[in-house]
Amino acid sequence: MIATLTRARRTVEAELIAYKRTWRGTVISSFVNPVFFLSAMGLGLGSLVDRGQGNLSVSYLTFVATGLMAAIGMQAGAGDGAHPVMAGIKWRKEFHAVITTPMNPGDIVVGRAVWGTIRLTFIMVVFTIIAGLFGAFDVGTALMAIPPAVLTGIAFQTSMTAFTATREDSTSLTTIFRFAITPLFLFSGTFFPIANLPQAFQWIAYATPLFHGVELVRKIALPGIVPPDVTTLPIWVHFAYLGVMLAVGITLAARFLDRRLRP
Amino acid sequence: MTENLVEARGLTKTFGSFTAVDSIDFDIRKGEAFGFLGPNGAGKTSTMRMITTVSPITDGKLTVFGMDPTTEGRDIRRRIGVVPQEDNLDLELTVAENLYVYGRYHDMPRATIRERIDELLEFAQLTDRRKNTVESLSGGMKRRLTIARALINDPDLVILDEPTTGLDPQARHLLWERLYRLKRQGVTLIITTHYMDEAEQLCDRLVVMDQGKIAAEGSPSELINRYSTREVLELRFAEGEQDEAVLRLDGLADSSEVLADRVLLYTNDAESTQRGLHERGVHPEQVLVRRSTLEDVFLKLTGRRLID
Repeated sequence: MIATLTRARRTVEAELIAYKRTWRGTVISSFVNPVFFLSAMGLGLGSLVDRGQGNLSVSYLTFVATGLMAAIGMQAGAGDGAHPVMAGIKWRKEFHAVITTPMNPGDIVVGRAVWGTIRLTFIMVVFTIIAGLFGAFDVGTALMAIPPAVLTGIAFQTSMTAFTATREDSTSLTTIFRFAITPLFLFSGTFFPIANLPQAFQWIAYATPLFHGVELVRKIALPGIVPPDVTTLPIWVHFAYLGVMLAVGITLAARFLDRRLRP
Repeated sequence: MTENLVEARGLTKTFGSFTAVDSIDFDIRKGEAFGFLGPNGAGKTSTMRMITTVSPITDGKLTVFGMDPTTEGRDIRRRIGVVPQEDNLDLELTVAENLYVYGRYHDMPRATIRERIDELLEFAQLTDRRKNTVESLSGGMKRRLTIARALINDPDLVILDEPTTGLDPQARHLLWERLYRLKRQGVTLIITTHYMDEAEQLCDRLVVMDQGKIAAEGSPSELINRYSTREVLELRFAEGEQDEAVLRLDGLADSSEVLADRVLLYTNDAESTQRGLHERGVHPEQVLVRRSTLEDVFLKLTGRRLID
């Protein structure tokens, strides 16, 4: 375990060195994206929702901001497990070089998950502060919801890494974003309570991962929120779901990447 | 007593129904430059990948430094350096950073890595490129950086897969010179190549591989003595005259090979063979006398050329 983390640190060091040169661009997008989303959805759309028949117990801005924390985590994590992994395997092939050192493919998976955790935490802190400035929620409480949002992201990152490792080219990556990530983004309770869906679709939502991330973030960041804005599922169910997804994601990613890099 | 760094017995690699490496035996001794010569698809790279522990063996026995690649991969990789066929440098990092990161992957202390980087940049003649991005380097420079990267952990064994493929002649010679230098320092080298001149220049011993099997083994000169003659006459004929001329060459040389564009006559006395040509009234447009090479050995062993 300690050996694994030591080796994971090597990946983080390598990523940090590259990040030193590219961080400015990342920072800009992690500031700009939340501002766009919160203005358009939270303020723009929110003014309509709050004025209408909306029976939310919180403002729409508050509702969306908390949902977005998990959703942005998912998108960043899934993105990290897709094209950069394909590049390491196939385009730039740097993974092939790394595994000729004492590093194993599993070390790359764990190292990237650790690095993803650091990067996502940073994105989430920025998001939380900006959303706080928008008046979405109390920043102090919302900061507590960062770990679940990051957990959501890393569960997606490792699962997507496992998927990417089995793909020949990036066509299927585009497909999975179009037909899995985008629908999850739209229908997992980020923008409206799951209770508004027909009963059958609610059950589908229960089975999908982003729903659990969104619920978890909301229940932690907004202690006063009540059903039907959130479900009555206990918090541990969401944690367990995402925890299992992460464990399965890491295990499969390590196995599939090994198969791919060491045929 | 010479110590074997690598030993293979009945080493086999299959991918589904395709047999890439077909039960081969070889020993690689400490301090030598050992070559795998053969055309593309002969099984050289698959063999290299098994030695570097990045491809599990299908059957047979393989030890590297006396260790088992299946269970002791990490410990083997600590002591080797790998130069892959295609450069896989980290394009987001500078020249020095590429070396640094690899030193860290090898668990080296930062101060040691920094000293080593200075030495290696010197060795690879990239000192003034230290802070450049990898993308700005020429093909030869990238190759030298890849070799420098393979040396960061001061390996006992360096494995080079087609080290000069795609380089211009000048860059090749510079690279060869660096590899000689490594050899003189006592580093064991394993080189795969489909260039016979590279194998002759660099290898103390080599195996000729074809279709997953080892066709012959020995030093370049042994192989040439055993499988070829001292000299070769290369005859080129005017358009359409080769077929007719070939009929009159029978018995003139020890053996001959008829290629699409020329005829090779293997002989130990080029002068008398040339006289024989004249006596038989064979008048090629061009006659070239050269000494035998590993290309001829390969042709003799397999009936095919190394590079098509």
